[in-house]
Amino acid sequence: MLSELGNLSILISIIISIFLIFFSLKEIKDNKSNISIKIKNFSTLQLIFANLSFFLLLLGYIFSDFSLVNVYENSHTAKPLLYKVSGVWGNHEGSLLLWINVLVLFSFLFFLKNFRKNKKFQLLTLFFQNILILGFFIFLIFTSNPFSKIFPIPEEGLGLNPILQDPALAIHPPLLYLGFVGSSIYFSAALASLISKFDGKDFAIAVKPWILVSWLFQTLGILVGSIWAYYELGWGGYWFWDPVENSSLIPWFLMTALFHSILVLEKRSGIYLWVIALSILTFTMSVTGTFLVRSGILNSVHTFASDPTRGLYILIFLSLMIFSSVYIFYKYAPNENRSFHLFSKEFFILTNNWFMSFFLITVLIGTVYPIFLEVLTNQKISIGPPYYNSVLAPFLVPLLFMMAYGPKTSWIVSKTKEKKQIILTLLFSLALTSVIIYLINQRNFLINLLLVSSIYLVSQSLFDFFKNSKKNLDKGFINKASQVSHLGFGLLIFAILLNHIMSIEHDLNIKIGEKKQLKNFDITLEDIKVYNDKNFKKFVGHIVILNGEKNIIERLKPEIRIYDKPETITYEASIKSNIFSDTYVTMSNISKSEYYNIKFQKKPFMNLIWLSTILIAAGGFIRIIARKFE
Amino acid sequence: MKKILLASIIVLVSFIIIVLSLGLKTKNIYDTKDLIGKQISELDLKYLNEDRTFSTKNLKKNKFTLINFWASWCAPCRKEHKHLISLSKNKNIKIIGINFKDEKSKANKFIKEMGNPFDIIASDSDGKASVSFGVYGIPETILVNNDLVVIKKYIGPIDQKDVKKILKLVGQNE
Repeated sequence: MLSELGNLSILISIIISIFLIFFSLKEIKDNKSNISIKIKNFSTLQLIFANLSFFLLLLGYIFSDFSLVNVYENSHTAKPLLYKVSGVWGNHEGSLLLWINVLVLFSFLFFLKNFRKNKKFQLLTLFFQNILILGFFIFLIFTSNPFSKIFPIPEEGLGLNPILQDPALAIHPPLLYLGFVGSSIYFSAALASLISKFDGKDFAIAVKPWILVSWLFQTLGILVGSIWAYYELGWGGYWFWDPVENSSLIPWFLMTALFHSILVLEKRSGIYLWVIALSILTFTMSVTGTFLVRSGILNSVHTFASDPTRGLYILIFLSLMIFSSVYIFYKYAPNENRSFHLFSKEFFILTNNWFMSFFLITVLIGTVYPIFLEVLTNQKISIGPPYYNSVLAPFLVPLLFMMAYGPKTSWIVSKTKEKKQIILTLLFSLALTSVIIYLINQRNFLINLLLVSSIYLVSQSLFDFFKNSKKNLDKGFINKASQVSHLGFGLLIFAILLNHIMSIEHDLNIKIGEKKQLKNFDITLEDIKVYNDKNFKKFVGHIVILNGEKNIIERLKPEIRIYDKPETITYEASIKSNIFSDTYVTMSNISKSEYYNIKFQKKPFMNLIWLSTILIAAGGFIRIIARKFE
Repeated sequence: MKKILLASIIVLVSFIIIVLSLGLKTKNIYDTKDLIGKQISELDLKYLNEDRTFSTKNLKKNKFTLINFWASWCAPCRKEHKHLISLSKNKNIKIIGINFKDEKSKANKFIKEMGNPFDIIASDSDGKASVSFGVYGIPETILVNNDLVVIKKYIGPIDQKDVKKILKLVGQNE
């Protein structure tokens, strides 16, 4: 029953997309000044039916309807409700349906918000967006239908991969989709803007909120994924430069570049084509990322069960997208004059773009180079953190300084009255860094340079934040956004550095009742208790850690979980989080012995890493709210 | 100028797309099912504790070879270790342990503590050689015959049932 209803609502959505493509083209040519109500109604219906198909699949999961292959393969009656729900997007088919729902949602909201604006621009945006929607619906129906049936109906499902049964991972995909799938709307709007010869400034105003919203969700999505990796994968790390993580970071670089340059475009002409190119590139890179993740071309913990036909379909769709965008760009791009004064605000905002482009290219090459090498020379390599760290880190130094200085300059040409203050802040940062370097005994030149520049960015942003709050509230409110985000970024780099330098790791084998002595810590495994949970059995270690230096006792309870559906063992880290440092313990059993393997880690400033990323996102949030004051 | 730019973009994009579509075909090596019945690649591997290498060609003299990928940091490897030890008692089968992305001292400590089921321990400290075997996570175990053709492949730790199956395949004369 659900299968038929689901297929029907997908079919209706497809028909509506075709109608929308047809009628929007038809209305562009007629002489009426307004868009007809018919198109608005179709858009509303499209949203309703796309949402309905998603809701039906959700029902299938909640009520464990195993007549659907998708539910059978990815769910189980014993699973807690939250994970039944998140199971919907914990697999290829369901997540693709969510993908399409985001496409439709952004199409609808953009249309609603700009309904009364330039007719041709509006209709063309709808036209392009619906071509994307149609393309992905066809992909869904022919290669990845979540409503396929199975007969005879199985009694029980196969279950969801236990490492995906986690609250952070339940919200990670929807957040990311609102981010990078949301970028589709400015892809469509950019193409529409070129063809309809839309004014650059109007284009900037029309797409700016969407860029900000998608950037905000992308940032949060990456953060949540990172938090999940930190406490679920049990290595104590939070970023692995895994190809799939990179696939989410690449659109983030582009979105960041985009909303910085859109601020310039709003005020001044001259970078219209650059903004258009960035808008097109952001979604193109998002689809490329989707291709890399879904086709199975890369090996990664995130890869869904792969199927080459899916990969081929996305690749063909991607090529069509790129070639038609290049054609439209080439045919319709207007000529423009550019001239910027050195040290004007435009200059600084656009230097951000150069940095982002550099980071983007570095990460992109690191991600796809192994594929190219294998295809062309049959050599297999993997590119890891050393490449990224050594290529990216030196360029962070100038970026951090520019991020501190840039927001202080004014539009057109800046007159820096504040030279004195800048020098004072710089001296303060140098002094503070010297103290830190002395305390942690750090000799690496690049790390020290990064420490100074991140501390400088933090202090400069803090200074500006409190100084500006008195004068000119409206304007100040908008400036606050960039100060908060830049402060967050400075703190993030600072926290990552200290975390990198000061982390401690010990691996030890210990039996129940035994105490091991490390340099500053005594570790005792007091007991191991066994519990039966709803869908797994767990062994909980009771570990006491005595910090001899500070005389603090911490009790940690890492777990070994044995899931039965599907049969898997996972190792749950136990983390005690303090303001300045996390204690991180994982435990695994050693067969045929009474010993357990304990991995004990001290990870300083983890909370600061999360908090600073939240600050970065908060800046975007303030900017979205601040629009009301503009 | 504009035309040259356009042409170069088109050439570049086409090149990227062609390579990616070729990549879709070559990726099959990572699919376990496709590996079965295929010959493993000829490789030179380093011994863990000696400063010399051996070639997988030499495995042809063994009736059956079980290649196990393991590391001291891998918890499921600890779990399957006792099964490898019980397999090592069978004379028809040689076991090669490939130590994956590990430190020599930790690997030796692991063996000292848990026993040594391996006839040869090879080291793959950067994980490159293992990729050529189609390994993308450990533990993994491959059973090959004297033509170096993969008969069976296990992803994840082997258990008692797998041991029985392997013994059946290689003939159970202990």
